[in-house]
Amino acid sequence: MTNETLIPKLGVITDIRIDTPDIKTFRVVSPEGKKLFEHRPGQCAMVSIPGVGEAMFSITSSPTNTEYMEFSIKKCGCLTTWLHQAEVGQNVTVRGPYGNPFPVDDVFVGKDLLFVAGGVGLAPLRSVINYCRHYRDRYGKIDIVYGSRSKDDLLDYQEIINEWSTDAGVNVHLTIDREQEGWDGHVGFVPTYVKELGFEPNKTAVLCGPPIMIKFTLQGLSELGFNREQVYTTLELRMKCGVGKCGRCNVGNKYVCKDGPVFRMDQLDALPDEY
Amino acid sequence: MRKISLSNLDKLFAKVSEQAKLYVPVDGKNGIASFKLWEDGVVMSNALNTTRSAKDFFFPQTENLMEFKSQGKNIEIIDTRTEKEDFVIFGVRACDVKSFEILDRVFLSEPVDTYYASRREKGVIVSLACGRPAETCFCKTFGIDPASPEGDITAWKTETDLYLKANTEKGEKLLASLNELTEEGCEQAVEEQKKNISAIMDKLPLKDLKTDKFGVGKTQEYFNSPAWDELSSHCLGCGTCTFVCPTCQCYDVKDFNTGSGVKRFRCWDSCMYSDFTLMAHGNSRNSQKERFRQRFMHKLVYYPDNNDGMFSCVGCGRCLAKCPISMNIVKVMKTLGGKEND
Amino acid sequence: MQKITRDALIEKASALLSEGKVNRVLGWKKGEFSYDLTPTVFTDIEQMKKEFVFDDFSGANFSKYLTKETKKGDGKVLVFLKPCDSYSFNQLLTEHRFDREKVYAVGIPCDGMIDISALKAVVGDGIVAVNTDTDTVKVETLYDGVKEVNKQEVLLERCKNCKSKKIVAYDELIGENGEVIDNNRFDEVAKLEKMTADERFAFWQNELSRCIRCNACRDVCPACTCEKCVFGNPNSGVENKAASNSFEEKLFHIIRAFHVAGRCTDCGECSRVCPQNIPLHLLNRKFIKDINEFYGEYQAGEEVGSRAPLVNYTKEDLEPSEAVNRGDE
Repeated sequence: MTNETLIPKLGVITDIRIDTPDIKTFRVVSPEGKKLFEHRPGQCAMVSIPGVGEAMFSITSSPTNTEYMEFSIKKCGCLTTWLHQAEVGQNVTVRGPYGNPFPVDDVFVGKDLLFVAGGVGLAPLRSVINYCRHYRDRYGKIDIVYGSRSKDDLLDYQEIINEWSTDAGVNVHLTIDREQEGWDGHVGFVPTYVKELGFEPNKTAVLCGPPIMIKFTLQGLSELGFNREQVYTTLELRMKCGVGKCGRCNVGNKYVCKDGPVFRMDQLDALPDEY
Repeated sequence: MRKISLSNLDKLFAKVSEQAKLYVPVDGKNGIASFKLWEDGVVMSNALNTTRSAKDFFFPQTENLMEFKSQGKNIEIIDTRTEKEDFVIFGVRACDVKSFEILDRVFLSEPVDTYYASRREKGVIVSLACGRPAETCFCKTFGIDPASPEGDITAWKTETDLYLKANTEKGEKLLASLNELTEEGCEQAVEEQKKNISAIMDKLPLKDLKTDKFGVGKTQEYFNSPAWDELSSHCLGCGTCTFVCPTCQCYDVKDFNTGSGVKRFRCWDSCMYSDFTLMAHGNSRNSQKERFRQRFMHKLVYYPDNNDGMFSCVGCGRCLAKCPISMNIVKVMKTLGGKEND
Repeated sequence: MQKITRDALIEKASALLSEGKVNRVLGWKKGEFSYDLTPTVFTDIEQMKKEFVFDDFSGANFSKYLTKETKKGDGKVLVFLKPCDSYSFNQLLTEHRFDREKVYAVGIPCDGMIDISALKAVVGDGIVAVNTDTDTVKVETLYDGVKEVNKQEVLLERCKNCKSKKIVAYDELIGENGEVIDNNRFDEVAKLEKMTADERFAFWQNELSRCIRCNACRDVCPACTCEKCVFGNPNSGVENKAASNSFEEKLFHIIRAFHVAGRCTDCGECSRVCPQNIPLHLLNRKFIKDINEFYGEYQAGEEVGSRAPLVNYTKEDLEPSEAVNRGDE
């Protein structure tokens, strides 16, 4: 019988990393120990524990990783709470990849890139950052501004410190909301920090984080001279099918699961304000 | 063109039933007509249309998608799809036939929904011209001709006879299998009926309803219209309009714990429901106004945007007849479109 | 009984609006045809003159709308209450569902509302105009000219079995108040009670199998005013949607009937709006009949603040075991 997109593949959790008090990163492979399917940076997959729920998550590992895929998941609803209690060896079901990727092979090529993320918003950017680091010579300078409530809430902290920060031509700017013992880095909100850093508006920017962060970062970037055609973001709405048929994740005539999740700001401007 | 005397209709149905499951509209209690499996003794309804639309045949209210068995950390995925049987739906009206095309564009676009596709493949549609359209009918607004419905076979019912004409290969095959019972019919009776229907269409109260003001690229024009407030102000937030609508196709996927495993099923969902877009951390459509607006914007603007201008309404009039507060797409079109649409 | 006209209601609304006693009016707005009225809030008398309708299709019970409408802004809202609506009005007040001070209620006599599907069942499709002359409904149709129908034959079920012409809640009345009337509304229930358990199960199986789970019965019901319905709880596994098995529809309707037992005034809105014409009122009426028989006559909404038998223990109460046994008979 023909392949049915709603019928998932079986996956096995082979590693669970505790990233922050409420975010864990799950490594998933097929029962044979292989990568479940290929994806492009920014794409998502539906992960499910049958009987508990199924939900869309960003694939946070880079497509260049040939062994496994990872999902960084914040504890927030039924399914995510269940997953946070799961142990290595737990089976899950996965289907995908869904959605459009970041234009890493055309628009981004040759450009200076600015990634701005807040909290768990780093998750969807991790795959594209690592993809760009992998093909480092295709892109210009890379700046990453990342902030969270506290040091403990910074996702992928070890990877950021040990790998991203040590790359040539990659500048990482971390910030936390409030002063904290043992933190000698920047303190302050992401949008303010972006303005303080004062980037040249010749970059392509990618934003992901809470709506309030996006709103004020956009204002800041606009003051710095960025056009909305230079800024990308990724959306998240309730999804059930993942393929633009169940009808709920639309913003105007666009389905976030199929036409998104990656949108350029000027594309979003043309859509009704309902996200 | 073939014809058979209405007095021999049962023989025709019996012959079709030998080849495939046959469904015909049947009168139920309290004026509710619905498609039922034909068997000896079942009488076809004279009702203009069934309360529930014919979409049920391809997109049923609930259907099982797959099953899972879990033991400890292990999960087993069980594909429960089975080969579908051939079936014939007799007496589908022009509006509902058109709705299949609207549903096709959703379910048969890549990636194809195999549950829907397998039913579409096995179903033969025998449409029936509408001799007596109701005051709630406005299919003409959407370019549908109730005198010449599409479908694999088109049927016309006169006082005495049923005329049948095949439109597709599937239809020809079925019609050929009935040759023993039918005889060659002349076009004249059918042409006569077409003319009568056309004359009635010009008398219907909604005959002048136009779609000109809607369609591709109209999002900005209507999304922030102040009219939505009043239009939606007394919407109960029930799912009646959605569920009786032949073109509404939103669905939910849910898990049911059977005790020995998990059944994952799909069921109709409604954008009118508050939990349709509810996420663990918020809702993108918090008010009934937003949910109400979504339903009509989808039918009149978003769907046309994505489907070469085709509207996601066939003017069957079910929502006009069934909405508990009598709010419906016609009132929305007339209010948003202004006087000229009245 | 004197016929209440649309003009009389507009005149009353006009006076109340201009005196400043109310600043808006809940009313029925004219539709595309002669029978598809939509509940609307009017704020302007000119608009009312153009669009307000009161006729044989003004069936919608506005009491439940008050729970939302009274929370919107200042000033009073004018509501017209037919006798059966007034029972819902009182019941909602008993349950503290809206602020009485925000409402000006005008009681209006009612001689029964027409059930459009019953009318269509008699005259067929193609209705272009409906006019009622006391007891005769004149229907102009596309196909058969003018047809005359006896109004009593095409009334809503709740009107055929009208329980009361008495308006039990109002600030003022238009016309004269009526009385609680003898009725046969429990006859159908009695028929069901006479069936064997299997027959009864088959009856409900057949009726409820048509349910499309649109929730209109719940959403229109004046007794269903929970902020969050148990069937709207995403963690319940049964929220809002279709059933995962054939038993679930019964579960929905039976649980709903239990939940409104003792509070249902028998206003009949559930059956009026059901798109599949399921006689849902029979479930509620069974409870009402049982309550009457077990604890003495009780009419929910007859007076504000009355203690319903199911929540009011008295020493004379029937022993639960006895109720169970009688239910089994």
